[in-house]
Amino acid sequence: MKKRKLNIGVTGLNAIDSPGPGISVIRGLREAASFDVRIIGLSYESLEPGIYMHDVVDKTYQIPYPSAGTDMLLPRLEYIHEIEKLDVIIPNFDAELFPFIKLEHKLKAMGIHMFLPTLKQFEERQKVNLSSFGEKYGIHVPKCKILYDLATVHSLTSEFDFPVVVKGKFYDASIAYNIDQVRSYYNKISAKWGLPIIIQEFIHGTEFNVTGLGDGKGNTMAAVAMRKQYITDKGKAWGGISIADEKILGMTRKFLKNTKWRGGFELELMKNKDNELYLLEINPRLPAWIYLAVGVGQNIPEALVNLAIGNTVTPFKEYTIGKMFIRYSWDMIVDREEFEQISVYGEL
Amino acid sequence: MKVSKNIAISDAGLVFNPVTGESFSTNPIGMEIIQLIREGKSNKAISESMLARYTTDHSTFEKDFHDFTEVLRHFNLLEENEEKKA
Repeated sequence: MKKRKLNIGVTGLNAIDSPGPGISVIRGLREAASFDVRIIGLSYESLEPGIYMHDVVDKTYQIPYPSAGTDMLLPRLEYIHEIEKLDVIIPNFDAELFPFIKLEHKLKAMGIHMFLPTLKQFEERQKVNLSSFGEKYGIHVPKCKILYDLATVHSLTSEFDFPVVVKGKFYDASIAYNIDQVRSYYNKISAKWGLPIIIQEFIHGTEFNVTGLGDGKGNTMAAVAMRKQYITDKGKAWGGISIADEKILGMTRKFLKNTKWRGGFELELMKNKDNELYLLEINPRLPAWIYLAVGVGQNIPEALVNLAIGNTVTPFKEYTIGKMFIRYSWDMIVDREEFEQISVYGEL
Repeated sequence: MKVSKNIAISDAGLVFNPVTGESFSTNPIGMEIIQLIREGKSNKAISESMLARYTTDHSTFEKDFHDFTEVLRHFNLLEENEEKKA
C-alpha cells in the first residue's frame, strides 16, 4: 500500500557545534515506516547547514526570529503554507515554542498540525519555576534561587555551599566557586540573555539524559535514557550511549504521569554518589541526540507526527541498550548563488 | 560476591554496565576471573583454579585478586551475595 506523503516543516537546522535538533529529527522522519515526507526547512540564519543539505531538506524558507512576535511569524507561515501545503510543523528551539504554542489553534485551522506542550506545561517547567515544579509533582530538584538584582548576591554565602551553578533563563550555565565568580557570571549571562539569573545548587555526580514523548494524558509513549560519553566545551554531547537505568525511566514515567506532558521532551538529570536522582532541567522539545532514540528502536519524531495528525500510536516499551551515537562534522562545498538565494530571497 | 546484574562482557574484554553506561576494558586474566565469579565459584575455588593454570604463588595471587575485586566493586561491577562464600 502506498504510504501517505506528509509535508513537514522543521526548525533547528543549525547542525553546528552546539547543534539544533532539526537534522536529527528529519533523519527520524525520513526513516518513518508509516508515512513518506517532504521536508520543509524553517531557518533563521543564512548559514544554518541544514539549508544546504538538499538530500535531507527539500526546501527551506527563512522565518522571523521569535522575538519579532506572532504578528510577523503568522503571515510568513501562511505564505509558506500556500506554497507547500504543510501538514505538520515541528519547532525545535525552546525560544520559538512560546509563539508556536500561541499560534497552535490558528495553524490547526489552516490544516497545520503540531504536538506541543500546553502553555501551562511550558511555563511551569521554566528554569525559574523548577523549585515549585519539583514540589508540585514530587520530583527531586536541586535547590534554586532566582536573582533579579546583583546586590542580593552576597546572601548566597549563607544559603548555598560552593560551588553553585549560575544559569541564564534560557541558555548558558557556569560553575562559580566563590561570590566574585557569581558576580562575574551574573553580569556575563544577564548581558546576553537578560534577567533573572538562576542560582542552582551544584550536584556532584554523573549526568544522564532522557528523551521521550508524552501523549498529553499522562501516558509514556516513548522514553530513551542516555549517558553522555564525550562532552564538548559547551556541555553538549558529542557521543553517548543508551542505558537501562530503571530509576531514571521511573522518574520519566512519573514526570509524564503527573504533568500529563504533551509532546517531545528531554530531561537533564544528575545522579549523586548516594544514587539520588535530581532533575536539573526540562527541555520542552526533542534534543539534538534524538537520532539515538531512532537508532535504538524508538522513532520518536515519527510517533510525534502521528500523534499530531490524530493517528493512534502504540507506546514504545523497549529499546536496545548499549548503542552509541558519535557525532561528526563535515565540510560541505556550497555555491555562492545558493547563499545569495537564501540571504536575498529567504528561500532555497 | 557476584557480578552485578546485566553486566555484559565481550570476548575482547570490554565490560559494559548497562545501567550507568560505563565501559571498562580488562585483560584475559581479568576476564577469566570475572567469568569464574560469574559462575558462582568461591574465592578459594578461584584461587585454586588460577594457581593451577598460572605460574604464581598464593600470596601474590591473593593480593592481586583482592586489588582486582576492589576495583570491580568501586565501579559497581560486583555485589555481595546474601550468603558470603568462603
